[in-house]
Amino acid sequence: MNPAAIDRYLELWRITKTYQGAAGPVSVVKDFNLTVKQGEFISLIGHSGCGKSTVLSMVAGLSEPSKGGLVLAGREITGPGPDRGVVFQSPSLLPWLTALQNVTLGIRQVKPTASRKEIDEIGAHYLTLVGLGDALHTRPPELSQGMRQRVGLARAFALNPKMLLLDEPFGMLDSLTRMELQQILIDLWLEDQKTALMVTHDVDEALLLSDRVVMMTNGPEARVGEILEVPFARPRDRFALIEDPQFEALRDQLVGFLEDHAVGHAAERVAQQRSEKTDSESGLPTVTPAELVTVEDA
Amino acid sequence: MKIKATILNGLQLAGLGAFDPVVRLLSGENPSAQLPKIGQFILMPIGGFALFLAVWTIAASSIQTRYGSIPNPKAVWVAGSQLLAAHQKTTADRQQFYVDRDKQAKEYVEKAATLRTAAADPKNAALKDRLDEAAVKNDGLAASTMKRKYAGSPSYLDQIRTSLLTVFTGFVLASAIAIPVGILCGLSPVFMACVNPFIQIFKPVSPLAWLPIVMIVVGALYTTDPSEAWFEKSFISSAITVALCSLWPTLTNTALGVASIDKDYINVARVLQLSPSSRVFKIILPASLPLMFTGLRISLGVGWMVLIAAEMLAQNPGLGKFVWDMFQNGSSETLAQIMVAVFTIGGIGFLLDRIMIVCQRMVSFDSAVSA
Ligand SMILES: Nc1ncnc2c1ncn2[C@@H]1O[C@H](COP(=O)(O)OP(=O)(O)OP(=O)(O)O)[C@@H](O)[C@H]1O
Ligand SMILES: [Mg+2]
Repeated sequence: MNPAAIDRYLELWRITKTYQGAAGPVSVVKDFNLTVKQGEFISLIGHSGCGKSTVLSMVAGLSEPSKGGLVLAGREITGPGPDRGVVFQSPSLLPWLTALQNVTLGIRQVKPTASRKEIDEIGAHYLTLVGLGDALHTRPPELSQGMRQRVGLARAFALNPKMLLLDEPFGMLDSLTRMELQQILIDLWLEDQKTALMVTHDVDEALLLSDRVVMMTNGPEARVGEILEVPFARPRDRFALIEDPQFEALRDQLVGFLEDHAVGHAAERVAQQRSEKTDSESGLPTVTPAELVTVEDA
Repeated sequence: MKIKATILNGLQLAGLGAFDPVVRLLSGENPSAQLPKIGQFILMPIGGFALFLAVWTIAASSIQTRYGSIPNPKAVWVAGSQLLAAHQKTTADRQQFYVDRDKQAKEYVEKAATLRTAAADPKNAALKDRLDEAAVKNDGLAASTMKRKYAGSPSYLDQIRTSLLTVFTGFVLASAIAIPVGILCGLSPVFMACVNPFIQIFKPVSPLAWLPIVMIVVGALYTTDPSEAWFEKSFISSAITVALCSLWPTLTNTALGVASIDKDYINVARVLQLSPSSRVFKIILPASLPLMFTGLRISLGVGWMVLIAAEMLAQNPGLGKFVWDMFQNGSSETLAQIMVAVFTIGGIGFLLDRIMIVCQRMVSFDSAVSA
C-alpha cells in the first residue's frame, strides 16, 4: 500500500447525520471530518448524547450518513463488512448460543472453507486470550457482565478484521474489571496493531489506550472540537503513566475541554431556544429544502 | 440435595410451584416455614374444591330435567367407572373378534391347501378342475375374512384416542402452515400487508362455518375407496377444520416474534455478515421461539375447543360425537356421561396446555434455560 493510503486509512469526510425529530429534522452530527492512519488507536470522547455512537455506527456501516462519505482502505463504506469488527455498547450476545458458538458464528462467514474443527479452535483460542478458556460452553445468561463483554471482544477479534470499532466497551463494568479488560484489549491490539476507533466516556481510558483522542463538541450538529496527540511510548504501564507529569497536563486538557462544553452545553441550549423563538416570530423556516431531502426516515 | 433441586426445578418448569413446600417438607427443610405455605396453596384449594362438590350436590338434587335430576358428583363418578368398564369389555370383545377372525381365515387357508393336494393326486384327475376351483374359492374367502374389521361401537377411551389424534393432526397441519407464513410475514412488511387482510377476516370465523365448506371440499377431493383409505373423511374434515381455526394465533405470534427481534441481534447479524440461512436459523428463529411457542400454545387450546364442535357436526368418532350421541340417546345415565365427557375434555385441555407451557419454558432462552 502506498504511504498516502496508510496515512489516510479511514477517512470521514463532511459526515452529516440527520434524524427526523419531533420538532423537525435534527442534524446530530454535521460536517464531521476525521482521518485515521493505519494502525492508529483513536478514542472518541464527548458528552452523552453528542453523537459518538452515531458516528461509530456509520463507520460500521450499520447506518448511512445523510451527507458526506466514508472511505476505508480506499473503498467507500456502503454497509457492514467482515473487515470491521464491532464491539457493541451492550455485549449483544445471542443468549441461545454458547460463548464459543457466539464467537464462531462470524468466523464461518470469513473462512468459508475452514472445517468445523478449525473454526472451533480459532474461537477457543480467542476466548482463552480474553480469559474465558473455562467457559467455552457456557451460555451468556450464566455469564457475568464482564465475562459477556469479554466474549464480545473475542467475537470481534476472532474475525481478524482490518479495523476495530468499540462503542464504550467497558462502560458498564466496575473499575477492577474495566482495568483488566483494558489490558486484554491493548494486548490483543498490540499483537497486530489493527486500526481502532473506540468511543469512551473515560478520560484515563482514552489516554491509556489511544494514540489520538478526538473530542467532539456537543450536539446537535456536533463536530470534531479538538484532537489531542498522546505521545506516550508503548507498551504503556498504567501506574507509571499516572506518575508522568505530562499525563497530568493532557488529562487537564481533556477534562478542560469537556468542562467547557458542559457549561457551553447549557448556554448553547438557552441560545438555541432564543433563536427558535425569533425564528417562529419571523416565521422563517430554520431548515433549507436541501436538508429536508436527505432526512432519514429512521 | 441435587435430586431435590432437580425436582424443585421440574415443578417450577411444569407450573406446579404449589407443591414446592411439600418436597421441601419431605426433605426435612424446616417445617415451620413450609406448613403455612402448604396450608395456603394446597389445603385451601382442596377446601375450595370440596366446597364446589358440596354446592354441586345440593344444586343437583333440586334441579329436575326430563332425564331426571341433575347427576350429583357420585353419579358422575359411577358413570365414569362404567365407561371404563365398558372400555375393558369392548377391548376384550375386539381382541376376541380378531382371534376368531384369524382362526377362521387360517381354516380357509388350510382347506385350500388340502384341496390342492387332493387335486394334485392323479387318483382325482377327473375332479381336478372342481377341486382347483374350490381351492381358489377358499383362498378368496380367507382374504376377505382377513379384511373384516371389528364393527362394534368404539369405547370411551377409543373416542378419546381419536380426538387426540384428530387434534394433533390438525395442530401439526396448522403449525406447518402458520410458522413459515408467520416468519415470512415478520420478515417482510410487504408480505405482511398482503396476508394481513386474510388474517383479519378469517381469524374470527367460527369452526361451525368452516366445517360445511371443508366437508364438501374434502368430499369432492378425497375420493379414495373407503376400504382402501388410511383416514376416514370425517377425520380429515375435523382435522382440517381444527387447523383452519387454530393456525391464526401461531401465525400472528410468529410474525410478531420475528418482527420484534431485538435490534441488537439484527445488528450482530449484519456486522457478522451472516448468510440469509444462518440469519434465519441462528438468529431469527431462536429469537422468536418464545413468542412462537406462546402462539402454538394458544393454537392448541383453540384447536381442542374447536375439535369438540367439529366432531359433533362431522360425526367424526371422538369425544364430540360421544357427547352428541349421548344427547340423542336420552337415557337416565346420559347427563352423567356427558358430565364425565366435560371433565375429560377439561382435563385433557389442561394437560395439553401444561405440556405446551413446559415446551415454552424449555425454549425461552432468557430465564429458565438452565433448568
Ligand atoms: N434513530 C434515531 N432517531 C432519532 N434520533 C436519534 C436516533 N438515534 C440517535 N438519535 C439521537 O442522536 C443523538 C446522539 O445519539 P448517540 O447514541 O450517537 O449518542 P452518544 O454520544 O453515543 O451517547 P452516549 O454516550 O450516551 O452513548 C441523541 O440525541 C439521540 O437522541
Ligand atoms: Mg452511545
